[in-house]
Amino acid sequence: MSISRRRLLRNTAAFGALAGAGFPHIWIKNADLAYAAGGEIKVGVLFSLTGTTAIIEESLNKATLLAIEEINAAGGIKGSKIVPIVEDPASDPATFSEKARKLVVGDKCVSVFGSYTSASRKAVLPVFERQNNLYWYPTLYEGRECSKNVIYTGAVPNQQQDEFVPWLIKKFGKKFYLIGSNYIYPKEENNYCKKLLEKYGGEVVAEEYVPLGHSEFSSVINKIRSTQPNVIFSTVVGDSVVALHRQYRAAGLDPEKMPMASLTTSENEVAAMGGEAAAGHFTSAPYFMVHKSPENQKFVEAYKKRWGADKVTHFVSEACYFQTYLFKQAVEKLATSDLTPPNIRDAVKGQETIAPQGKVRLEAENLHTWLWPKIAQAKSDGQFEILVEAKEWLKPVPYAAYPGQSCTEKGLVEKS
Amino acid sequence: MDQFIEQIITGLSIGSILLLVALGLSIIYGSMGIINLAHGEFVMLGAYAAWVFHTYLGLGLLASLVPIFLVVAAFGWVIERFVLSLLNNRPLDTILATWGVGIMLQQAVRLMVGSELRYVQLPPALSGSMELFGLSVSSYRMFLFIVSLALFAATWLLMNRTTVGMKLRAIIQDRSVAASFGVNAKRVYALTFAYGAGLAGLAGALVSPLKSVSPDMGTGYVVDAFMVVVLGGVQSLAGTVASAFILGELSGGIAFLQNDTVAKAIVLLAIVVLIRFRPEGLFTARVRA
Repeated sequence: MSISRRRLLRNTAAFGALAGAGFPHIWIKNADLAYAAGGEIKVGVLFSLTGTTAIIEESLNKATLLAIEEINAAGGIKGSKIVPIVEDPASDPATFSEKARKLVVGDKCVSVFGSYTSASRKAVLPVFERQNNLYWYPTLYEGRECSKNVIYTGAVPNQQQDEFVPWLIKKFGKKFYLIGSNYIYPKEENNYCKKLLEKYGGEVVAEEYVPLGHSEFSSVINKIRSTQPNVIFSTVVGDSVVALHRQYRAAGLDPEKMPMASLTTSENEVAAMGGEAAAGHFTSAPYFMVHKSPENQKFVEAYKKRWGADKVTHFVSEACYFQTYLFKQAVEKLATSDLTPPNIRDAVKGQETIAPQGKVRLEAENLHTWLWPKIAQAKSDGQFEILVEAKEWLKPVPYAAYPGQSCTEKGLVEKS
Repeated sequence: MDQFIEQIITGLSIGSILLLVALGLSIIYGSMGIINLAHGEFVMLGAYAAWVFHTYLGLGLLASLVPIFLVVAAFGWVIERFVLSLLNNRPLDTILATWGVGIMLQQAVRLMVGSELRYVQLPPALSGSMELFGLSVSSYRMFLFIVSLALFAATWLLMNRTTVGMKLRAIIQDRSVAASFGVNAKRVYALTFAYGAGLAGLAGALVSPLKSVSPDMGTGYVVDAFMVVVLGGVQSLAGTVASAFILGELSGGIAFLQNDTVAKAIVLLAIVVLIRFRPEGLFTARVRA
């Protein structure tokens, strides 16, 4: 079949007219970027409500929704309501990516709040980079990432360890037993820990990783007994934390002589293992539920009132809460017609808010957050007692374990 | 030397937990031949029952063991009566049905009590450690070891020294002949399945103070339980015991020398290789054909 020139011309013209009418966004600039249409600002909320990490992500979903409800109740953002679109990615990285695409492309959300695990963050990253959208990630994580499309409001290794490791060496001794779950986060944290140990004259007696979800620690405990470390440095995550603490206690080990020092044990995990199994062990984090500040009192009361008096807040749900307020501040700075994900990113740079943990600031250079490191000891009532509070907030250094590299506004820079 | 003995004791302890979890399956799968993928969920139900008795009724773990057994057994009975008994002689459908039941139980628990990890208290009297051969051993692990052997003994007696057990063995050998002798196969099957489910529930309640309680906790246990039963050889209760302790010592030992990740891989590989050369498992009861 041959196509005559006339027919081709006619068809092309018809298609062009159709496209102009039916798909105006090809022609009219920014028509599809009407992110604040009808007095509504749509945002995605992407935390697992089912599957293995639902245990913790449910509380992140709740903290985010609480902040959104509070903002809306106080009149929204310049008169526009935030409309949360909640999706359940079912603790599965592939589903995370699929739901992220739905929120960004289908629902045209201007930002998405989500993820607990690094695996799920890595899975959605390509979606946000390709669509030039914005992902707000509240979890403490291993650092070593420099994306222009993620706002990181959790702690990176230097913010949890810089103060913690020397403090542990001074208080308990220099022999560290490093134990973590077998994936990227514990390995990167331990990389940094080993650097600090070298610097402060500590030593690693063993470095060991258990499978995710592992719940039988008796051989690990035998090894701990035979190596006699001063500190058990734990980056075990999820329900393994619970099993490790309980079996440690059942084995009759003594936290006063050989405490576990954790970067991952929050009020949430303590509630699950029972106060008596947690008592005496240490955690380093920017936030604890007992922290005394008017903002925290307000947060804890509001959270319990909204979701139940038996609920706890912890260092990841706190970040969920304050990052939503950072989002609000950034959007407030923009004219409605300028409301796009890249503009929000630029507007949030250098923003400060008084979070429950203290005043935080979003670092313009690397989109991570200045936080307030704290060291606390768990008590048998399920709460922590804060022993050390940083006198100054600490700058986020996502590449702290890699001195040759740093994250800047231009992206990752390698120093030769 | 101390370390060696310590490791042997550790292996026995891991083995006793495996035995607890596998014993119910050994009856349901090993004897009745039902591939019950909801076994892990029975374990989970037991753990949640312990949590409910503790939180809402203030019962300690030890005091609630008997009610937990009865509650989960009742669940098992209902599932046998209204699902599995309708699928007689359809093994593939049974696998699918039990899998579905498992998912439903998981989601039901999640919807009713939430997906947070739950907390079951270690019985205060058993929370410390005791001296054994000059080594300190967790009292609760010692207790689990004794309970697992006691439950095994009870199960063995039930199977081999009671009328119900005799009837069950008769049905397993030939259902129609047994029925023609007046054995009510339906009733015996339902009771046996309930007993196996009850054992799984007990296992869940007993391990809950050492591990964590969550709606999907059963997934790991069902794999362990099948490994134990398959390695030990179906229709062999003693084989289940032996294989539980072999697996316990093996995974504990490799975990001590290497780490738990390696132990998991090597144990699984060893089982695969063994099944290749001895598909009937290590210990098989001689059945007169």
